[in-house]
Amino acid sequence: MNTIGKQVRLGLNGDEAVAYAAYHADVDVISAYPITPQTIIVERLSEFVYNGELDAEFIAVESEHSALSAAVGASLAGARTFTATASQGLALMYEILYIASSLRTSIVMALGNRAFSAPINIHCSHDDAYAARDAGWIQFFAENVQEAYDLTLIAFKVSEDKKVLFPSIVNLDGFILTHSVEPLTIFEDKKEIKEFLPDREAVNKIDPSNPITYGPLALPDYYMEIKKQQAEAFNSTPARIKEVFSEYEEFSGRSYSPLKKLYVDDADIVFVVLGSTAGTMRTMVKKWRKNGEKVGVLSLTLYRPFPSREVAEALKDVDTIVVMDRSYSFGSPGGQLYMDVAAALNKYGRYNRLINAIYGLGGRDFTPEMAEDMLHATKDPSIREIWVGVRG
Amino acid sequence: MKHPYLRYLRPENVPTVFCPGCGIGIVMKALFQAFDELGYETLEEFVFVSGIGCSAWIPSPHILADSVHTLHGRAIPVATGIKLVKPDLNVLVIGGDGDIAGIGGNHLLHAARRNMDLMVIMINNQVYGMTGGQLAPTTPYGMKTTTTPYGNPEEPMDTCDIVASAGANYVARWTVGHYLQLKDAFKKAMEKQGFRFVEAVSQCPSRVSSRIGLSPADHIKYYLRNSVDIRKAEELLPEERMEKIIVGEYVDRNKPGYLEKIKMVMRR
Ligand SMILES: Cc1ncc(C[n+]2csc(CCOP(=O)(O)OP(=O)(O)O)c2C)c(N)n1
Ligand code: SF4
Ligand SMILES: [Mg+2]
Repeated sequence: MNTIGKQVRLGLNGDEAVAYAAYHADVDVISAYPITPQTIIVERLSEFVYNGELDAEFIAVESEHSALSAAVGASLAGARTFTATASQGLALMYEILYIASSLRTSIVMALGNRAFSAPINIHCSHDDAYAARDAGWIQFFAENVQEAYDLTLIAFKVSEDKKVLFPSIVNLDGFILTHSVEPLTIFEDKKEIKEFLPDREAVNKIDPSNPITYGPLALPDYYMEIKKQQAEAFNSTPARIKEVFSEYEEFSGRSYSPLKKLYVDDADIVFVVLGSTAGTMRTMVKKWRKNGEKVGVLSLTLYRPFPSREVAEALKDVDTIVVMDRSYSFGSPGGQLYMDVAAALNKYGRYNRLINAIYGLGGRDFTPEMAEDMLHATKDPSIREIWVGVRG
Repeated sequence: MKHPYLRYLRPENVPTVFCPGCGIGIVMKALFQAFDELGYETLEEFVFVSGIGCSAWIPSPHILADSVHTLHGRAIPVATGIKLVKPDLNVLVIGGDGDIAGIGGNHLLHAARRNMDLMVIMINNQVYGMTGGQLAPTTPYGMKTTTTPYGNPEEPMDTCDIVASAGANYVARWTVGHYLQLKDAFKKAMEKQGFRFVEAVSQCPSRVSSRIGLSPADHIKYYLRNSVDIRKAEELLPEERMEKIIVGEYVDRNKPGYLEKIKMVMRR
């Protein structure tokens, strides 16, 4: 088990990296519908399939609603199942999101994060990831192309684990990660990772000799018990996720944890962020530290289940927390991540000063100047919400 | 002198966004000629509704008229809503094969069944063009696309057949090479009630023609060579039919449209 899989260094964009991960995971069924900025993933996978390199079924369905429906069927039948989408595609899958998790499928989905219409936009917002936050899917956020690859492999192992059995989403920022070529290390071949991710052993799979029914009627007399059991099962997944992180480290040499912290422990001001902007913030925080600002960054690799206790523990003594949301929750007390952080702190008896920074919507570039604006805002005690980099 | 059809276009969006050699431009011109020959000085009497895709970009941002740019696949139900509230307007849906027959196929079927008073123009370039040329339900058997690199294993749907059998009043297919017939089909469809469907088979030089090694002009010639008049199509064997583009009027009838049918029920 201590053998590290043989790896190679190469340059790929985020979509290609995810496609390689699904290929190395030796998936059995891929069902997807094209949508920017995810499309390259399924185009690459269709090449692997039709080249004969990957022994899988590739179904080019007629909509995302069908893509996820087909994935549910395939996963219940015992296949290692993959799909990918973005934005409106995720929105069209919404109805099936809950079915996929409540029937305890092990689907892995890559989500090339993209803004919701209207107006039409193909660039990055976290609207789609947030829209799926309540649906009982495990969600990871990649910060770079390497993480997009690694987290996809990790997601298969987690979702198929008998102690988990929930589908996963791997988020990667649209264009910023999906279309940027970065250097990364990947396994040389799928056999290098087979020991980490052996063929799927499905639990309760469709089996005519042992007939069972999925998803029948449960009225007020049972529905609530079923949901409570589901909640308990879902909330217990982080323990197994952390174990899988360490097993993956043995294979790859790359370590993961639910949160990433930089200078958080003694910080007065901490920025909480998801996705690729974490890298930008780390660069900025290092620069500010040199000027004597006691600042830090907390980014989340695991977004669902939300690591409430760890977040509260990390932030408990911080004076000012700037929670960065790449989306807006109309009419809510704040952005979606802001609400999570506020609730997590409150749950553990903390009431720190929180600022919600709305940034980068629809792919608006997040620049160092905008980071400076956020830091500046922390100096004004009256500020509770800022929209960075917006005109008027 | 200004080109007369520029009066149907928003000047700030000319030239259009379409790739050089794209068949969409030919469809636009045929449509504008139809407006012109029917005597429309402006397009005040029209509302254009589109989904998502290259073809869906014809109305928004180009056509100088009211338009609604909706979601991928959802133009027909949105157009239905508009027509029910504004029955005097001519509501025209324009979209691609993926949009209208693929992801929105169910809406198409039911609008045709209802004989809803809408005109739908479907530009069939045999792929999801905007997203890079992936397999669509209209992709011919065996054709290479970005998601079927060694050829399409599935059989395509004949959208005109389906819409005609569902109950539409008017259904026709022409390729962009049949420019005059296409224009005349637009004119005819525009003046009728009920559900009217015109399919324009059109080349996508960026995602299809280049992949199969054809110039845009050769691609049009290929369409022309491969077309068979619907009146002769019955003589074809099923395998032959699959390789041909059937062109002509599938149906032209005058059943009462949905608005008329509603009135008939109300009167009872
Ligand atoms: C729900 C949803 N899924 C996927 C997409 C991505 N998408 C945009 S355009 C398009 C295909 C368009 O193909 P078609 O309708 O044939 O129009 P064309 O570009 O070929 O003219 C797709 C899949 C989307 N916008 N919304
Ligand atoms: S991608 Fe194809 S359909 Fe779209 S504008 Fe270019 S040539 Fe036309
Ligand atoms: Mg098309």
